[in-house]
Amino acid sequence: MNFKRKDILGLEDLSPEEITLILDTAEPMKEIMTRDIKKVPTLRGRSVITLFYEPSTRTRTSFELAAKYLGADTGSISVATSSVKKGESLRDTARTVEAMAADTIIIRHSSAGAPHLLARWVSARVINAGDGAHAHPTQALLDMYTIREKKGGFQGLKVAILGDISHSRVARSNIWGLTKMGAQVRVVGPKTLMPPEIEKLGVEVYYNWEEGLQDVDVINVLRIQLERQKKGLFPSIREYTNLYGLDRNKLQVAKPDVLVLHPGPVNRGIEISPEVQDGPHAVINEQVTNGVAVRMALLYLLMSRGEKDEIPA
Amino acid sequence: MSQREKVQIMDADGIRRALTRISHEILEKNAGTKDLVLIGIRRRGVPLARRIAEKIKEIEGTSVPMGILDITLYRDDLSQLEYHPLVRKTEVPFSISDQKVVLVDDVLFTGRTVRAAMDALVDLGRPKSIQLAVLIDRGHRELPIRADYIGKNVPTSRREIIDVSLREIDDEDKVIIFEKES
Repeated sequence: MNFKRKDILGLEDLSPEEITLILDTAEPMKEIMTRDIKKVPTLRGRSVITLFYEPSTRTRTSFELAAKYLGADTGSISVATSSVKKGESLRDTARTVEAMAADTIIIRHSSAGAPHLLARWVSARVINAGDGAHAHPTQALLDMYTIREKKGGFQGLKVAILGDISHSRVARSNIWGLTKMGAQVRVVGPKTLMPPEIEKLGVEVYYNWEEGLQDVDVINVLRIQLERQKKGLFPSIREYTNLYGLDRNKLQVAKPDVLVLHPGPVNRGIEISPEVQDGPHAVINEQVTNGVAVRMALLYLLMSRGEKDEIPA
Repeated sequence: MSQREKVQIMDADGIRRALTRISHEILEKNAGTKDLVLIGIRRRGVPLARRIAEKIKEIEGTSVPMGILDITLYRDDLSQLEYHPLVRKTEVPFSISDQKVVLVDDVLFTGRTVRAAMDALVDLGRPKSIQLAVLIDRGHRELPIRADYIGKNVPTSRREIIDVSLREIDDEDKVIIFEKES
């Protein structure tokens, strides 16, 4: 299997074989993270720039460490402290970054499709670290790595994605990736947080937890974006927690060995109760570790190969 | 480019005898198994290292720790390849610091694999010494590297290909020389 892509923009257009190669490559990367000397020389002399138009601590740090563990040099541009704030356009910023001889650009942007534009403008490789409510492919890949490691595979697995589906790029990328690998994906949440026609992505839709979480193997709990509450999409946080917050009681209807994921950062006690978050089913910290390993795999697959891609005309 | 089978240079018995001799030589040179560890280089160095470990156990009655090294991330030709060699796991579940490490591989050719393996090893710790055991030494070194234990010296031309088959991977034990036909 040969990985020939220039960019990682989403999981929609990745084949199951490509996804399997990424997850397989992440396994030896995870071993490197357990060493005393967490560094290999594979990407020595290559550069990775993170370009973040939205706040993030863990995703950016995860990418930077992944690059460093592989021996690459890193730099970062964030919106609050850069010329972006002075009015520079995405295209001009992209050219500037490229003029610094960046080999790979990691971009997070509040507008869906911004990474796709960037990928067309620059010859550097581009990885989407989250674009609007559209996609967050590396989060989905690390979720999938965690699920595969714990459950052995995806075929026939029942996976529930619980919470605010409509604003969630994590949900969309998980749906694309998991359904492609043969899992049965369902989304569970209030009607006001459910995007119209979501079932067209090949998922079942549930509005109450008793049915939605019945016999599932995996629950991926989404973060409630508290700022949305002002828009009146649900009456109160307490009501949301009562109806959709994952607690010990709701966990009862799932399979006994159910796996609980959360992309972080967690609103402790709101979308997930402390006893579940800290309990034996949750693998939230392992997800963070796996995130670095998966990003190392992607950087290796995109950057280690010889020929440099040209900008498509 | 096609290739033509030229000659078989080792069979199962030949490989077994060579590994038995190498095992004795390792024990003799290191005066036993104290602080001794074996590390097989993926892929065919791994079953060879395992067989040497078994042989040493037969001879000395003591078990020697055995690890597996994947050198893909240390190759010096990655940026010249147009494909991705599959990265696999390095499994060295013990400390190699202050140990006498015997690296094991099937064929010693340019020496570049061994160079990469030594870089990978020193990232795992600081061994007391590194020794090298190979089933076949075919010459044509491009780096100042030599083997301490050699199953068979095989003078070759650069047009020839040495193909080592091992039963754990290839279902039978044999070493064959192929010649490239252009």
